[in-house]
Amino acid sequence: MIRDALLLQLGYNATLVTLGAALLGMAAGVGGTFLFLRKRALVSDAISHATLPGVALAFIVMVALGGDGRNLVGLLTGAAVSAALGLLIVTWLSSKTRLAEDAAIGAVLSVFFGFGIVLLTVIQTMTAGRQAGLEGFLLGSTAGMLRSDALVIAVSAALTLALVLLMRRPLTLASFDPEFARSTGQNVTRTDLIMMALVLAVTVVGLKIVGLILIVALLIIPPVTARFWTERTDHVVLIAGLLGGVSAYVGAAISAAMPNVPTGPIIVLVGFALFACSLLLSPARGVVSAYLRHRAYQRQVHLRQGLLALAHGQPIYERLTLRLLRRQGWALPDGVATPEGQGRAARAMRDETRWQVIRRDPAYEAAAARYDGLTPIESVLTADQIAEVDSRIEVAT
Amino acid sequence: MTLTLATKDGLAAQDAARDKSPLAIRGMTVSYGQKPAVFSVDMTVEPAKMTAIIGPNGAGKSTLLKAALGIVKPLAGSTTVFGKPVARVRDRIAYVPQRASVDWDFPTRVIDVVLMGLYPQLGLLGRVRKSHRDAAQHCLERVGMEGFATRQIGQLSGGQQQRVFLARALAQDADLYLLDEPFAGVDAATEKAIIKVLKGLRDAGKTVVAVHHDLSTVPEYFDNVFLINTRRVAEGPVATTFTDMHLQDAYAGRLAGAQMDAIRAT
Amino acid sequence: MNGSEFVPLSLVPMLTGIFVAVACALPGNFLVLRRQALIGDAISHVVLPGIVVAFLLTGVVSTWPMLLGAAGAAIIAVVAIEAVRRLGRIEAGAAMGVIFTAMFAGGVLLLEQSDTSSVHLDVEHALYGNLESLIWLDATGWSSLWDPVALAGVPVELPRMALTFVGVALFTVLFWRPLKISTFDEGFARTIGMRTDLLGLALVIVAAIAAVAAFDAVGSIIVIAMFICPPAAARLMTNRLEWQVAWSVLFAVIAAVLGYVLAGYGPLWLGLVDSVSAAGMIATVSGVILGLAALFGPHRLRGSAAPIG
Repeated sequence: MIRDALLLQLGYNATLVTLGAALLGMAAGVGGTFLFLRKRALVSDAISHATLPGVALAFIVMVALGGDGRNLVGLLTGAAVSAALGLLIVTWLSSKTRLAEDAAIGAVLSVFFGFGIVLLTVIQTMTAGRQAGLEGFLLGSTAGMLRSDALVIAVSAALTLALVLLMRRPLTLASFDPEFARSTGQNVTRTDLIMMALVLAVTVVGLKIVGLILIVALLIIPPVTARFWTERTDHVVLIAGLLGGVSAYVGAAISAAMPNVPTGPIIVLVGFALFACSLLLSPARGVVSAYLRHRAYQRQVHLRQGLLALAHGQPIYERLTLRLLRRQGWALPDGVATPEGQGRAARAMRDETRWQVIRRDPAYEAAAARYDGLTPIESVLTADQIAEVDSRIEVAT
Repeated sequence: MTLTLATKDGLAAQDAARDKSPLAIRGMTVSYGQKPAVFSVDMTVEPAKMTAIIGPNGAGKSTLLKAALGIVKPLAGSTTVFGKPVARVRDRIAYVPQRASVDWDFPTRVIDVVLMGLYPQLGLLGRVRKSHRDAAQHCLERVGMEGFATRQIGQLSGGQQQRVFLARALAQDADLYLLDEPFAGVDAATEKAIIKVLKGLRDAGKTVVAVHHDLSTVPEYFDNVFLINTRRVAEGPVATTFTDMHLQDAYAGRLAGAQMDAIRAT
Repeated sequence: MNGSEFVPLSLVPMLTGIFVAVACALPGNFLVLRRQALIGDAISHVVLPGIVVAFLLTGVVSTWPMLLGAAGAAIIAVVAIEAVRRLGRIEAGAAMGVIFTAMFAGGVLLLEQSDTSSVHLDVEHALYGNLESLIWLDATGWSSLWDPVALAGVPVELPRMALTFVGVALFTVLFWRPLKISTFDEGFARTIGMRTDLLGLALVIVAAIAAVAAFDAVGSIIVIAMFICPPAAARLMTNRLEWQVAWSVLFAVIAAVLGYVLAGYGPLWLGLVDSVSAAGMIATVSGVILGLAALFGPHRLRGSAAPIG
């Protein structure tokens, strides 16, 4: 069943929704990257929660005008308007009052959502027991979706993705280095506005698929995951788009195959699984490799410090240092150097002395900048340079 | 660069000096990521003196202080204060952080910040008595801020903020004062006021250690210097240690000629 | 007010609302000042997976397992956020966003996969609670307040919330000085021997306890609103922490009372038949209070902060 879904064999609607979700996931991954790089990831949480009163009001207005209130385009328009208002208030509170942005975000998301709940209870009264179906906007539901709705979602997801790709370059520049972007004459305020409009579009389009509580995950998790795999902004954008697309595609397919699995949560969990793997296993920034690197580094530092102490004839005070020296066979349990340890210590001392010489000489500034207490000087200087340095040491002593 | 092997007697003398020292750091290495900010640094501060920690930007001056106090976790090394581990003598230490390290928009008044220095006396629930308020007010007077007690801290100038921090340290009535860049971005009047207070502390037998970046004022303000550039470069009295050679060691070529001239002129 | 109607129907929800609001607003003051306002957001989202797991483990819907499950989830979330932030070197907001959405999604999925049709456990309930249902059936009027038989029938949410409020208030009073000092200047706090890491964790745990105790009665939305809106509004009214906390308590009480009354009677005044969600209305009122403070509060603008450097 899941295989069928992944291969898009579950009928026209399910296929449309799955493809729409994948497009939306890509747009969210790319758009979310800019938000993440500007350190404003949770602004999207305020935006998404702020859609609820808009959806509810749109429903009420459409019913009041004689419609049945469930027109998707109408509901999404309402969502966009109130989300924009919420965003405006976040910006106003954090720029015009002394409140910090996190407080502004929290206030807007809870108050808008609370007001939305009030309106939902009003709707319950209006429809008198008839399901308005708005609960689907909380967690997303794609089961039993109308064909027209599926089309609306697929098309608007495609449009959002196109918009994101179109704006990729100025957004990358502005989020990587706003100062530089400004100096090249780019209007960063406007770029920020475009970024927010993109986030808004992703949120609104994603309401029906992922739901307003979890749509932030689609904007946040892929960029955070991508960050583990590269240091380059343009690559983060690319990888985040890919990860977002894959999570949404797989999640939507699973949900299509198993109707009692809600779409939003499963998409989020697929994305989170990718994140967890990256957090643990990424070679450059992963937890496992970072831990191993840190341990190795700490060992090196202690050994080096121990050797220098031996060279100075100082006792070894730290137990870890002594233990490491003993394990290498460089010192005896009472802290006295073995013959090999003496040789090592003398070499470490000589290295350190050479470093001292080049660190005080402006001519070697570039090489000296690589001093970290551990790098052997042979790796930064040529043999001739070392000979030159040594000649100065002899003069000094 | 003289590499004499320490004799047994020499070692014993070193240990004795460390035990008496208000602040003795041994084998301190602190690293942010894989690049050490401070590498295998020893420091033995002389009692009842004013010591400046100097070195180029990013040389690990502030990091050394923070690691000594346990604010950042060192990779290796240990600190003793008056011969004891820091945790056992906290009441004898007063620390003045960099001014920019706190949020000055915090809703509180000048006098409340100074009263924070009395927390070790007051404890969780001890009542703030008139004697405490008077003590705090007196500390404000010593830094020339007596008129600002009820002022909201966000309304102070940079120099005034620094003086409030110093007043809080005075309220702690410590024996060792550690200051992180106390003169950074303050006006001339504040600088004078602060140095007067610090010299007063020293004359009363207290020990003062300050991270400092203005080389031209070192001889005028301080008794001792500690030069650092990731590693310890030199430490000792200004007259013998604050020399061209050591400055060259610490700053390499990064000291502008004009600056060197200014130092020589003093 | 007519006691025979007010006491059984409105007294308990109103008091519960007040205790919830104040219990959340107290730690909220410090969270807002520490730029951790959104911890409340994260905690309230992970309450759902906590209660679902507790239900799956015990098979019953009963108070204590669920409270423990929710508290456990809150602590796991806080630890996980901290771990992601430090180990992955990810900015705090993004780390929060990853963890709480994933946990919430897990909770929803578990809920949908398990047979909870027989019990009262659903997502909407966890989101906006049901304050109005806290009816005191045994009460006949004000005199019931002195009637031990009637008192035995008070909905359990009220004494539970009152106890939580007392605990939170005690924590705030007892640790007032360390909280204040470490929130203002963490480095200094450490040099005088404070365990700032433990204190920060304790603050978050206290906030989590308040959120967990509150969610059953009022849902998670009002919890977030009460963590943030009253303290944020209070910050705009004064420049002293002591007064800020006092203002926040006042605002929390006003929001709870006014929100409950408006939800119950507002629609009637507008000619509608049924009442609306009290939790939603309390959040809405707190937002209006914040809006007014942001427009007219005497200390709404940043002080003439001295230029740095």
